[in-house]
Amino acid sequence: MAVIPLERKTLSLAERTYVPQILSGLKTTFKRLLKPAETLEYPEQRPAIPPGYRGVPTLVRDPNGREKCVSCQLCEFVCPPKAIRITPGELPSGSDREHVEKGPQAFDIDMLRCIYCGLCQEVCPEEAIFLQNQYSMSGYTRAEMVNHKDRLYELGGTLPDSHFKWDKKKAAAEHGNAH
Amino acid sequence: MIDFWSNLHPVVQGLIKGLAVIMVIFPLAGACSLAERKVSAWMQGRPGPNRAIVPWIAWIPFVGTFLQRLGVFHLMADGAKFLFKEEPVPGHVNKVYFALAPAIAMMPALTTITVVPFGAYFNAAGDAIPLVLANVDVGLLAVFAVSSLGVYSLILAGWASNSKYPFLGSVRASAQLISYELSMTLSVIPVFLWINAPGAPGTMSLAKVVEFQSLPGFWGGTWFVFLMPLSAFIFLVSLFAETNRQPFDMPESEADLVGGFHTEYGAFKWSLFFVAEYSHMLVGSGVFTLLFFGGWNPLPWISLADLVGWLHHATHAAWTIHPLFVGVLSLGIFLGKVLTLIFIFMWVRWTVPRFRYDQVMKLGWQKLLPLAIANLILYALAIAFIQKSAS
Repeated sequence: MAVIPLERKTLSLAERTYVPQILSGLKTTFKRLLKPAETLEYPEQRPAIPPGYRGVPTLVRDPNGREKCVSCQLCEFVCPPKAIRITPGELPSGSDREHVEKGPQAFDIDMLRCIYCGLCQEVCPEEAIFLQNQYSMSGYTRAEMVNHKDRLYELGGTLPDSHFKWDKKKAAAEHGNAH
Repeated sequence: MIDFWSNLHPVVQGLIKGLAVIMVIFPLAGACSLAERKVSAWMQGRPGPNRAIVPWIAWIPFVGTFLQRLGVFHLMADGAKFLFKEEPVPGHVNKVYFALAPAIAMMPALTTITVVPFGAYFNAAGDAIPLVLANVDVGLLAVFAVSSLGVYSLILAGWASNSKYPFLGSVRASAQLISYELSMTLSVIPVFLWINAPGAPGTMSLAKVVEFQSLPGFWGGTWFVFLMPLSAFIFLVSLFAETNRQPFDMPESEADLVGGFHTEYGAFKWSLFFVAEYSHMLVGSGVFTLLFFGGWNPLPWISLADLVGWLHHATHAAWTIHPLFVGVLSLGIFLGKVLTLIFIFMWVRWTVPRFRYDQVMKLGWQKLLPLAIANLILYALAIAFIQKSAS
């Protein structure tokens, strides 16, 4: 390492009195005083959410209003803080979704454990779980901070779907195709 | 009404007048703390306190919202909070002195106001009668003597807290006040050398200083800030140090001393320290205005008498020369100047970083004090020469 000696300017008399520097500082702050505030006043004004934002994980329905989750439990297994707890259930026979076979009986996400990593969304083969724009969660008890299945659907709503995987499967089965 | 007033015992009169002044100063000091928050917010690009609102004022369409955005009601909210919140008294403190310190802080802050004139009216003979609680000849001496007692409260607070940071803060406070008191006192001597002509009865009265700045003619109407800019500068710098304001915020210096002398204080006692600080600032700005900025004279070379004369000439209304109107007018002008100075205090606070302790001492003893002495000698010689040649 080379040692580089720096030329230190000796301060002029005006600089040693601090006065010109203080005056120029006062000018800066006064200019700032007249400008409008930069603050976002939070509860009234909300920040713009950028695309790809990872908010609270939610369950979504397909455009036909059917639940997409087939309770494969991949999200439960991948979840690093073990925030997801799924109780799988069978779909009732005779319904138009009988061929899907399984759906979640209960689906709980403990938001006190969730770390918003988005692995559940990434791993989901059915595109049923999404981290959406909701970012503020609050509650008075621990129980309130667990999102149950109905709450998850309420938060998630419906997202557009381009596959309609199970409709295609049903149609294929009816036409004698394996796939 | 007037008869009833003048029939009252002088002590009762004085008591009522004193209480009236305290009733103004106390909320004004509180309002200053709010203004400080607002000014700092604006300088930092924030809106500042703007949420508190009294419900029935929120119903007034535009005014209510405006007052809310201005944060006026935070003043009441702050006051109520300080009054009613829990008073923490640490177990290791000396309880008597701990409780005494904030009271002692308030006393000199409010006592100094007695000798500071804050307006004037003209009697039938046309003489200016200053509005002041006690128009005593010692004037400024009394202000200096009493206001420097304020440091005892800081020392007491730091000592009674029985904790190292408050103690360090109070030690710094005493050292700083002693250092700057000297230059402050020396800087105002030229003013009194100038107004005390040889042969005339001597005075230290602040009202007399203003009288000298409202004389007719070019030299008579000149504010002393133009005659003695260096004195004004030294006085202002020392005032910053005396009122413990940034950049001389040594006793508090929250960056290195937690909270300085009031680290262990909370709730109402803490707020008393703050009101005392702002009262000191108000009185200090008042004295500065009287000494160097012409007191209640609206503009340099335009005295209050001129203004009232013009008003009377323009309107021909009797109320323009009524003592009550003139008194309120002069009070308004004086208060306007004082509040401008308070703004400058805040402006400087949110601009200049705190000096290091050794820098404060160096500035006080090695720069300001020699400057004040040189200034005094220079002006003493000049005044002696002028008064010699005039007589």
